[in-house]
Amino acid sequence: MAEAIRISTPLTDEVVKKLHAGDSVLITGIIYTGRDAAHKRMVELLDKGEPLPVDLAGHLIYYVGPSPARPGKPIGSAGPTTSGRMNAYAPRLLAIGSKGMIGKGEMNAKVAEALQKNCGVYLVSVGGAAALIAKSIKANENVAWPELGAEAIAKLTVVDFPAIVAQDCHGGNIYQEGIARYGIK
Amino acid sequence: MREIAAPIISEQVAKLCIDANYYLGEDVLTALKEGLAREESPTGRAILEQIIENAGIAKEGEFPMCQDTGFAVFFVELGQEVVVTGKTLEEAITEGVRKGYGEGYLRKSIVSDPLQRVNTKDNTPPVIWIETRPGKELKITIAPKGGGSENMSEVAMLTPSDGAEGVKNFVVDKVRRAGSNPCPPIVVGVGIGGTFEKVAWLAKKSLLRPVGDRNPDPFYAAMELELLERINKLGIGPQGLGGRTTALDVHVEVFPCHIASLPAAVNIQCHAARHKSVVI
Repeated sequence: MAEAIRISTPLTDEVVKKLHAGDSVLITGIIYTGRDAAHKRMVELLDKGEPLPVDLAGHLIYYVGPSPARPGKPIGSAGPTTSGRMNAYAPRLLAIGSKGMIGKGEMNAKVAEALQKNCGVYLVSVGGAAALIAKSIKANENVAWPELGAEAIAKLTVVDFPAIVAQDCHGGNIYQEGIARYGIK
Repeated sequence: MREIAAPIISEQVAKLCIDANYYLGEDVLTALKEGLAREESPTGRAILEQIIENAGIAKEGEFPMCQDTGFAVFFVELGQEVVVTGKTLEEAITEGVRKGYGEGYLRKSIVSDPLQRVNTKDNTPPVIWIETRPGKELKITIAPKGGGSENMSEVAMLTPSDGAEGVKNFVVDKVRRAGSNPCPPIVVGVGIGGTFEKVAWLAKKSLLRPVGDRNPDPFYAAMELELLERINKLGIGPQGLGGRTTALDVHVEVFPCHIASLPAAVNIQCHAARHKSVVI
């Protein structure tokens, strides 16, 4: 695999445009966590015209529900969850300035369209490499809805968090390209 | 008769919950390394390397191999001469889950009601399947099951005329449609025969067999290898990003069935193919 591209959050359009499906990246900075329950609440707030508890402008949302942290550790194991369950929500957050998502598994055509329209990127980390990923997470602070437990929104400080560009702002999609390249009829 | 006190069972179950989530079996590790040696996709190889490295970190005992530490599913072989004292066997196992998921810093992933969705906060209840055996031993196997791969499972009530080809096409098509979602490389559990509920149970139970083990019946052993080859030609690859290593293995389990029926089931297991057993 080619050398990983180092990126820092918040992301600018200029950086997002340089990322192409298949690129390996290492992310440093702040990322926000959110999965099913938090997304439902965020979209309900947007529907009511109310502000979100976090400013997502330029930021990535990591679809994760970590295991409990041991004493002295910022987090437990923290690999991605299946992104497809957030298909309905992702375009709404991209429309208000979020620069993308980190998860696992292909996202649908509506998300792909929203990535192109809003200059966003969909990154994947390796599902089940949760212990390895946890090592790149240096701090973990709850920022909203602690009652949601593993599903609450947390602000993670990461250094060289490993990910791969899966769907880019140019319409590139590694899932479709991968099957086309390696599938045997 | 042999008496076994409930707390002894709970203690052993707690240890099983922890061990299964921190120590990946050598059978899976070997299969991952073989996949790495064969994998043509550079991205696929990088992913397999991460998964193998991850297993090494988990083994140190601080981080479970996956944050989704699963629904605690148990397969129990209960010797007919065993009497559990103090609690029912189910209660003793449930208590062990509560203890193991707490002490092992494992994620609590169970909601008390499928629609009202309030977390039970201790990962109970488990799912428990009990079969009786002759003798005085109690064998308990845990297979913690993650949500992502479980969601990609399916039962099909085929007709006898669909035959072996119909079953194989159903399995391969299910894996194709599951694509990147169940965290490939996967282990594919296939049940054939029985009834609607029995076939799903067979598919799940087949996942307990070590990766690389074949069905003892040569007819089904050949089917397993044929399915594995067809699945690995799909090109899905590690994490669905393209490649040859889509499945590490396919296991088929069968049961007699009705003259009118041909039930088939696919239960997909992610690469964190966790299962641990204890004999008490």
